[in-house]
Amino acid sequence: MQLPRTMFDKIWSSHAILEGADGATLLWIDRHFVHEGSFHGFGILRQSGRDVARPDLTFGVADHYVPSTPGPIADAEVAGMLAQLRANAQAAGMDLLDRADPRQGIVHVAGPEQGLTLPGLTIVCGDSHTSTHGAFGALGFGIGASEVAHVLATQTLWQRRPKTMRITVDGTLSPHVVGKDLILAIIARIGTAGATGHVIEYAGPAIRALGMEARMTICNMSIEAGARAGMIAPDDTTFAWLRCRPRAPRDFDAAITAWRDLPTDDGAAFDTEIHLHADDIAPMVTWGTSPEAALPITGIVPESSDYMGLDAGTTLNGLPIDRVFIGSCTNGRLSDLRAAAAILRGHAALVPGLVVPGSMAVKREAEAEGLDRVFTDAGLVWGEPGCSMCVGMNGDLVAPGERCAATSNRNFPGRQGPGARTHLMSPAMAAAAARFGRLVDIRTLA
Amino acid sequence: MTPFTDLTGQAVSLPVANVDTDQIIPARFLRKPRSDGYNHFLFHDAKLEQPDFPLNHTAPAILVTGANFGCGSSREGAVYALVDAGIRCVIASSFGDIFAGNARKNGLLALVLPEAQVARIHAMLPGTVTIDLPAQRLHLPDQSVIAFEIDPFQKRCLVEGLDEIGSTLTHQADIAAFRRKDEAARPWATPA
Repeated sequence: MQLPRTMFDKIWSSHAILEGADGATLLWIDRHFVHEGSFHGFGILRQSGRDVARPDLTFGVADHYVPSTPGPIADAEVAGMLAQLRANAQAAGMDLLDRADPRQGIVHVAGPEQGLTLPGLTIVCGDSHTSTHGAFGALGFGIGASEVAHVLATQTLWQRRPKTMRITVDGTLSPHVVGKDLILAIIARIGTAGATGHVIEYAGPAIRALGMEARMTICNMSIEAGARAGMIAPDDTTFAWLRCRPRAPRDFDAAITAWRDLPTDDGAAFDTEIHLHADDIAPMVTWGTSPEAALPITGIVPESSDYMGLDAGTTLNGLPIDRVFIGSCTNGRLSDLRAAAAILRGHAALVPGLVVPGSMAVKREAEAEGLDRVFTDAGLVWGEPGCSMCVGMNGDLVAPGERCAATSNRNFPGRQGPGARTHLMSPAMAAAAARFGRLVDIRTLA
Repeated sequence: MTPFTDLTGQAVSLPVANVDTDQIIPARFLRKPRSDGYNHFLFHDAKLEQPDFPLNHTAPAILVTGANFGCGSSREGAVYALVDAGIRCVIASSFGDIFAGNARKNGLLALVLPEAQVARIHAMLPGTVTIDLPAQRLHLPDQSVIAFEIDPFQKRCLVEGLDEIGSTLTHQADIAAFRRKDEAARPWATPA
């Protein structure tokens, strides 16, 4: 009889081609997403005189440099990044979700929407937030440019087997407390290096109760706890979300039968186990320059930070902000925009802000519901899908010293622009910050 | 890739934990071609904002830093910036996983030492340090020598300056055999 195995063990062993003498495993890669920034990987591939081995398993997505305004691109370097991706895709003969393509979006939003992300797959991309795809019970992880080149050339990757961590969340999330609050609470608890060298599996009733979009938010920020990947076992919620997606298996029911074997067996051992209670979690806000510096909105800044312009003892609730950003691969999906619009409907924002849907599909659906008008009526800008102000590569920057309430994933110094001060929070909390010009506990809004 | 065997050079201390790759190289420089060199982008904003930032005054070969160095974004540009600025080794008690992989591919030794040893080395810096990778020995400024552990795969990649793609392609037959079985076992894994 086979020993009980974790979901990670099952996916790993079904992709292991061979073991190297020094303990590394050669893994088969089912999906490889590339974006504008992957030009370094294509450069290394060209230098080695090799071609893309499996263009049918390689998918280009324009997201990091895509302007949030329509029309011609003013910045020649930005335009060049998009042109370069187009040329690489064409030369390789691979599919490209290019700017203005109706399928385009941030890779971690558009990939799942297309049904390219499936349970049981190995998925890599030269982007650390590839952990997002684990929400479907896939093993998804970010890689560097040299590894991009290796996957392009061989459709395989050498990896040392990571350790496993299970984070079990019992109980029920309170009203107004969402996936973003849960993952920020987890990172605050275990630290930004708390899961280094590990793949996290999120489990327990509070996780099971979440929809796919919240599951993606949680797996997305696994990297902010240092994890190699984050995963959630596929279930009927997963299958219902994936059915009828354009690239999902034609014989979907046969696939479901296979996927039902993926979840972790009873009695399987993890290297580390963590337990949390969902009922204890409040809306969360970061105060510092690492995602682990997160507190409930009722919290008090524990230490002074010159960079953040905050003194120890400052109350987070009521802290004035200058700008909001709603979007990103963490929180740029339809449910995120609905939650933000519900707070802003019929109100003017007191500070400027940018709302960027995660994909063209999200944009179309949001516009069909009139969400775009809620935001523009409030005085916020409604942008074109892409990574935008999460990382500022397209020129959407927070000015030096400005305090930004952001739904993205990183509050590192300079992340949203030199000197930018980022506070991470959920979409509803960011919308409330826009409406009142300060951080607000959304539980107190009627 | 240039093989890494031994290295003697100036080591400086950057005693900060959780140095993320956005700080090592701000995102706006990642569009630049590698051929022009990435050395000017290393800690670009920190150097401007902090006049006493250690790398403003010296160009070391070895950087000794705090825990979880290179966390965050997968950008290999962070390693390019370090390597192009002449840094061949970073010593810390832990590294971001993706950064450590990127370092291995570019001849940069990401050397993990126990927290207490890193603290002891910080106290000796700046100073000259010698790293003997094949023997796994570190010669410190106070004349002491310490042994270190290293992942055998990481060591082999560095010492041999391995062309990983070339070496993987020698396993073509194994990959093809795996795929024949895998395609039959997981027909649903092929994109529709």
